[in-house]
Amino acid sequence: MNSKQHMSGVVAGRLDPSDIADNFQDLHPPLSAHEAIVAADRCYFCHDAPCVTACPTSIDIPMFIRQISTGNPLGSAETIFDQNILGGMCARVCPTETLCEQVCVREVAEGKPVKIGLLQRYATDHAMDNGADIYTRAPATGNKVAVVGAGPAGLACAHRLALYGHDVVIFESREKPGGLNEFGIAAYKTVDGFAQREVDFVLSIGGIDIQYGQELGDGLSLEQLQSDYDAVFLGTGLAGVNALQMPGADADGVVDAVDFIAGLRQSADKSDIAVGRRIVVIGGGMTAIDAAVQAKLLGAEDVTICYRRGKDQMNASLFEQDLATSRGVVIRHWLQPEQVNTTDGKVQSVTLEYTSQTDGKLVGTGETMTIEADQVLVAIGQKLETSGLGSPVKLDGGRIATDQNGRTSADNVWAGGDCTNSGDDLTVTAVAQGRDAAEAINDTLKR
Amino acid sequence: MADITNTFAGIKSPNPFWLASAPPTDKAYNVERAFKAGWGGVVWKTLGEEGPPAVNVNGPRYGAIWGADRRLLGLNNIELITDRDLYVNLREIKQVKKDWPDRAMVVSIMVPCEEAAWKAILPLVEETGADGIELNFGCPHGMSERGMGSAVGQVPEYIEMVTRWCKANTRMPVIVKLTPNITDIRFPARAAQAGGADAVSLINTVSSITSVDLDSFSPEPSIDGKGSHGGYCGPAVKPIALNMVAEIARDAETRDLPISGIGGITTWRDAAEFLALGAGNVQVCTAAMTYGFKIVSEMIEGLQNWMDAKGHASLDDVIGRAVPNVTDWQYLNLNYVTKAKINQDLCISCGRCHIACEDTSHQAITQEVNGVRRFEVIDEECVGCNLCVNVCPVENCITMEPLAAGETDKRTGEKVSGDYGNWTEHPNNPSRVAAE
Ligand SMILES: Cc1cc2nc3c(=O)[nH]c(=O)nc-3n(C[C@H](O)[C@H](O)[C@H](O)COP(=O)(O)OP(=O)(O)OC[C@H]3O[C@@H](n4cnc5c(N)ncnc54)[C@H](O)[C@@H]3O)c2cc1C
Ligand SMILES: Cc1cc2nc3c(=O)[nH]c(=O)nc-3n(C[C@H](O)[C@H](O)[C@H](O)COP(=O)(O)O)c2cc1C
Ligand code: SF4
Repeated sequence: MNSKQHMSGVVAGRLDPSDIADNFQDLHPPLSAHEAIVAADRCYFCHDAPCVTACPTSIDIPMFIRQISTGNPLGSAETIFDQNILGGMCARVCPTETLCEQVCVREVAEGKPVKIGLLQRYATDHAMDNGADIYTRAPATGNKVAVVGAGPAGLACAHRLALYGHDVVIFESREKPGGLNEFGIAAYKTVDGFAQREVDFVLSIGGIDIQYGQELGDGLSLEQLQSDYDAVFLGTGLAGVNALQMPGADADGVVDAVDFIAGLRQSADKSDIAVGRRIVVIGGGMTAIDAAVQAKLLGAEDVTICYRRGKDQMNASLFEQDLATSRGVVIRHWLQPEQVNTTDGKVQSVTLEYTSQTDGKLVGTGETMTIEADQVLVAIGQKLETSGLGSPVKLDGGRIATDQNGRTSADNVWAGGDCTNSGDDLTVTAVAQGRDAAEAINDTLKR
Repeated sequence: MADITNTFAGIKSPNPFWLASAPPTDKAYNVERAFKAGWGGVVWKTLGEEGPPAVNVNGPRYGAIWGADRRLLGLNNIELITDRDLYVNLREIKQVKKDWPDRAMVVSIMVPCEEAAWKAILPLVEETGADGIELNFGCPHGMSERGMGSAVGQVPEYIEMVTRWCKANTRMPVIVKLTPNITDIRFPARAAQAGGADAVSLINTVSSITSVDLDSFSPEPSIDGKGSHGGYCGPAVKPIALNMVAEIARDAETRDLPISGIGGITTWRDAAEFLALGAGNVQVCTAAMTYGFKIVSEMIEGLQNWMDAKGHASLDDVIGRAVPNVTDWQYLNLNYVTKAKINQDLCISCGRCHIACEDTSHQAITQEVNGVRRFEVIDEECVGCNLCVNVCPVENCITMEPLAAGETDKRTGEKVSGDYGNWTEHPNNPSRVAAE
């Protein structure tokens, strides 16, 4: 046993590096060729298949599965990439249990869907591992488009624009591309540096130049981009986070969950990531689950997710909730944090108030309880950073308002992904919106 | 991207995938949907002579064989030729050909075995602008009892005669569709060639009964408690069709006769195999009837991807490539010696290889080694038959390993000769020709 395992406080290296490496292995290991053929055989090649409708990028799922069956994995990958150039990442991170696989006729009939996500991974891995060179750009149009943000939305938009022969410059505030694929997604969903390999694959089409350390709102203005480029696409995601507002929220040991995960994703072997012995995670979404599970995998002894509403209202899917509990995370409902108790400025415990839903409103019952903790991970939502947008970009519910083609109220400015007010906050939705905005931009530029 | 444009018996189509004459090609509505989906051509559902059209049963027409998970493996039907009016069909054929000039439009015909009947219908078909005709000498049920279909196709002399009538009475290319319900497919093919056929197509359906209801004792499909043999098609018939195509492709008399390959084609791979065995294009029926017309895009794309990967630029690089490798048994190399080898890391110890070999073959697989359950090949007994490979549930677990020249075959105690040697010169062959 590692000597640090039961140490109190926020400590790195609670487990041996080899144990950490084991814990962070691929959540869903890839299918072997034989497994893929067997899994593909279960697809009925449905007409007007419900899975296709459920996929935000409308991948022709029965077709790509048939292509796997017929020994044509490259063609299968093309079918996927034609609709979703980040099909490799989506195969790993999509909550298929609430998308394609939820409506697969075999899920509905037998409770056992075709393994669409794993099959998609099989095909896309095949193409990427074999360095398949699938896309050729159309002749140069001479148009230049600025894309802000190199996350899924920005990359999907840039790829489609480059395909049509436009030149694209991506302005990215960080020093690395990928957005939350690189900084946010749970490590066990995208192992072995896949996010960067995928970015390389997307960029291999050519015509896309990424400029790092370029932040909209900090030295880079939207007006400037509008005047320098024929069109602008905003794919900045949600760069701001909602802060915990209560006594003790600034204590040593209160950490934003997104920052915690980003640090973990950037660490080579994760043994340098410090975690508490007892952790309280505040929130009920994917971020809360991912932070809790990964903290547990790093060796935290007790990890408790506290969510202020019930199980059914959690944004995290049932699959994600089950994943967390199977890793030893405790999920508690109907509890809202009241204050973080500290000693010498360090977290000691969290006091929470029981809640209930009365006449559709969430109210505290007045009764409280306290959970011992040396670390608090805050996952109560991210928000749009609006400082770089300026008044011409109209917002709706705190996010960028767009029409169904992703067009914003500002001249020649489109937007997609988490920063907009439409669709779920998912990688696949960001890809769909980036791609569709590129189509709209292309239509506009052609005129 | 590989070029898969196709010219078959002088008929051009954008790809080698045609729909076979059957329900998918019975109406303009279906055929237009097929062309929209990308099919390169169609053979229109078989037309009969002028007058009251054929009537079909009004109950089930199909019987089927499925895999355990309901994958359709074989289909059997008792449908007749078109049951729609001749002139309605002709009008539709003309319109569709006009609207889709780049697609192949071949019209299947079956009329009584009299020259007058053929003389009457040919100008009507020619008038539609169709690219060619296919003579349906294959239908094994319903029409054969009326002296048509396979009743003609089973008699080479009739094939030759009817083909000759058609060649004499039309400028259109004539494709003769052959029935597999004969003993040696080369005879009808030679007859078609002698009659002047521009091509043959095969196979039509195989006479069959798919199953019997053990409560009612009626064959399926059951029409009011009775059943009749039907025509079998779909994946199950592919091996039969491949052999027949190869037989014609390698026959000295018919090797230059174009062949349209039909029978169980479901994927690009099946199609590629037909092409390799000498088919100039392929026709599909059951796969389209099972999955819809959309499957053609998988066939087109899959074929192109494979051709690209292998460096085949056009169909000519593929067509007939396997024909020289099809030979008679007596010319197979008897000095080619293989032994089964079981990969112990992959073996799941199910024991099927052992019992297959032990009970039904050569007692060449252990079930125990040093008191432990373990399956190993005994080289002294293995004849290299590969039954074990075929019954093993694990892919690539058992492989057949050829012995190199000079190695000793432990079964015979003889050294493997590096030279080719076949039955014709084998000492056990009473009529051997001495290899001098
Ligand atoms: C912890 C966590 C786990 C998640 N897990 C999943 C999951 O399992 N499955 C799933 O489908 N979704 C998941 N999501 C959601 C998913 O990651 C997002 O929906 C998706 O990444 C949105 O893509 P995007 O391109 O809109 O934004 P982002 O991925 O956020 O990318 C935005 C990019 O823009 C850059 N940027 C931001 N502001 C500026 C600026 N002002 N100037 C220049 N560049 C800027 C950022 O650095 C970033 O590179 C998760 C999210 C989080 C936070
Ligand atoms: C329901 C049905 C009807 C058919 N009708 C005809 C026909 O009218 N004329 C004909 O030449 N072949 C007919 N066929 C045979 C097909 O054209 C084809 O030769 C056969 O089905 C083998 O191909 P497949 O395995 O792709 O189905 C019919 C087949 C089926 C299943
Ligand atoms: S719904 Fe399920 S069975 Fe139907 S096509 Fe999609 S994956 Fe296949």
